[in-house]
Amino acid sequence: MKKIVALMLVLCTAVCLFACSAPEKSEGTMYYADYVAAALDTEVTIETYVQAKQGWWEKEGVGGVATFYTQDKEGAYFLYDMPCSKEDYDKLVPGTKIKVKGFKSEWKGEVEIIDATYEIEKGSFIAQAFDVTSILANQDELVKHQNEFVTFKGMTVEKITDKDGNEAAFLYNWDGSGEEGNDLYFNVSLDGKTYNFTVESYLCGKDTDVYKAVKELKVGDKIDLEGFLYWYDSANPHITAVKAAA
Amino acid sequence: MKRLISLLLLLLTVIPLLSACHGAKALPTFEIPAEFDENAHYEITFWAKNDTNKSQTNIYHKAIEDFQAIYPNITVNLRLYTDYGKIYNDVITNISTQTTPNVCITYPDHIATYLTGNNVVVPLDALLTDEKYGLGGEKVKFDAPKKDELVPKFLDECMIGGHCYALPYMRSTEALFINKTYVEALGYTLPEKITWDFVWEVSDAATAKNEDGTYKVNGQKVMIPFIYKSTDNMMIQMLKQKGADYSTENGDILLFGDETKELLRTVADHVALGSFSTFKISSYPANFLNAGQCIFAIDSTAGSTWMGPKAPLLDISEDALVDFECVVTEIPQFDPDHPQMISQGPSVCVFNKKDGGEVLASWLFTQFLLTNGVQIPYSETEGYVPVTTKAQNDPAYTEYLSHVGEESEQYYSLKLDAVRLFLDHVDDTFVTPVFNGSASLRDAAGSLIENTTKSVRRKETVDDSYFDTMFANTRSQYHLDQIRLSSGERKELGALPETAAALLISLAAVWVLIALWFVLKKLRAKGKA
Repeated sequence: MKKIVALMLVLCTAVCLFACSAPEKSEGTMYYADYVAAALDTEVTIETYVQAKQGWWEKEGVGGVATFYTQDKEGAYFLYDMPCSKEDYDKLVPGTKIKVKGFKSEWKGEVEIIDATYEIEKGSFIAQAFDVTSILANQDELVKHQNEFVTFKGMTVEKITDKDGNEAAFLYNWDGSGEEGNDLYFNVSLDGKTYNFTVESYLCGKDTDVYKAVKELKVGDKIDLEGFLYWYDSANPHITAVKAAA
Repeated sequence: MKRLISLLLLLLTVIPLLSACHGAKALPTFEIPAEFDENAHYEITFWAKNDTNKSQTNIYHKAIEDFQAIYPNITVNLRLYTDYGKIYNDVITNISTQTTPNVCITYPDHIATYLTGNNVVVPLDALLTDEKYGLGGEKVKFDAPKKDELVPKFLDECMIGGHCYALPYMRSTEALFINKTYVEALGYTLPEKITWDFVWEVSDAATAKNEDGTYKVNGQKVMIPFIYKSTDNMMIQMLKQKGADYSTENGDILLFGDETKELLRTVADHVALGSFSTFKISSYPANFLNAGQCIFAIDSTAGSTWMGPKAPLLDISEDALVDFECVVTEIPQFDPDHPQMISQGPSVCVFNKKDGGEVLASWLFTQFLLTNGVQIPYSETEGYVPVTTKAQNDPAYTEYLSHVGEESEQYYSLKLDAVRLFLDHVDDTFVTPVFNGSASLRDAAGSLIENTTKSVRRKETVDDSYFDTMFANTRSQYHLDQIRLSSGERKELGALPETAAALLISLAAVWVLIALWFVLKKLRAKGKA
């Protein structure tokens, strides 16, 4: 009898553990592993949670579009120019669960879902930043966390050079051609390797804390950063928070 | 008598109120002030686009600095964009609040939409030739070009509904950038005049693979032989070259015809073979070309500084570059003896304001953008052509074009070749009709190629039925069945709707009754007296 009870307890524990680790998916939606395995240009259906969003634009033919950084407990999905009304855009706040149907696509190494449609569902999830500092130099490993909300710790601000050869701690646009309100580009290093990070102005505009903070950076500053692991040929994180290294 | 005066006063009060309410937000029509007040201070905003090119930003800043030195009472605030679409959206948003910029770099297609607002954009017809403040006018304090020094073809492109609503700022066309090394490696010789058939044939040949999955022509795992940057231009130019319909000057939509289907079938066939893709689907043609992963890249001549392994501007890492001979030619043609290519590029428009002096200040700055000091250096930043003969014939510009075989940033050979190509073919260029909705039609034209390409890649069935459905959806999505002519044009709208006619008749009847009542009352009053 004791053995039967013990076996039942083990089974119950295993079932509970399995239920906890595998997020619930409604019928017809893919697990993250299936999404990763899906070929480009194929239709994918996923359930995910909004983590951040870029600005909403009017777009003829579809009303409007917006780009979303989304994530569930398994992995992240970048929803590029997803058609949505302004009313829905305002509802799609961080944490909102959505079911998304679209096509898997790739643009300069960034895997994304395009031509998507969505349904808002019940549920909420906010991802904690995953620390990728130790795998930053290993692109093969890093890419497995593409689009996730991540953190980088103990980075050093390096100089960045504009097209005219002028050095600075950050640039407006990649070559310094921009002005206040445009994307900010800056370099950070770790263990002798330098990486290019971005404050994407459609995600974090000039009035945000991170935009202001990056403008105050000095070469040599030690900083911790948070952001979404966007890809542009290689890792090009869209930074959402910067603070002095702990 | 007191009653009569009261009634008249009441009418005088009510009528202006009614008319004022009706047009409360309309700006007054701009009249050229007799004199420009140099004692008044004017602050104007200039929304411009730079191709994420720092040299262009610097030229804008210098132009503003130089202009302000001549007119110290005018302050120009620059706002930079990297996307024409964003400028368009922001202008549209700001029209209703009367917070448009004063001067804006834009496209005539976009202006046609701005014109649906009342007196939003200043017509420039009178300003162009005004003796005092017109182009090169006697009171203009800098060496501005005269009207007849603007390339007529470029100025014509700014005419909407018979009026001039913009000045051309820069002009370019599209060009075909070719990896000649790979073309020859595939056993072909580049003909002097390149046809679509040639491009498709070589592109298909380049899809041959080795057993290990790499492409034979480049030994790499990636090869998209033919990439087109702007698919709206692709469709428009193909239709034009075929003599097929696109739209009429009046805004009738003729895009969805059999020729369009035929072109899309060709596109679909080559997408299926893996020999064609687009910028929106695959990314910048220049990056693939420079990495040896593309053989034919079609992009604006203004993008020539990004093309080729020695390009001064690069968006890929040095180690991804492949060395090859890169040449630039006119875009492929169906009838090479009668080439046709699009004329494109930014124009500048002036927005109306309550203060005529502010508008005149804006106009003076707009004129300044056409001076040689701005036109020549800006055109040199990319493969643009100045829009004035004054600049094109300037010794400084002809000297610039004379540089051959230098690979410095300023005299990059592909850029100069692209510019010469355009200058040689100005008479072969065309523009599409501009009307309120022409921007949508252009987007729709491109979407047909994009959607067909995506569908083939997604293994959907692309046949006649597919095209019919796509045409219907595209018409609806881009509201192409609701297009109306832009302001300045009159269109016969037919008989007034019955309900509207009844309302107008009732209003008239009420006024007649009021008048009768008033007259009768006066007559009675007289009778009593």
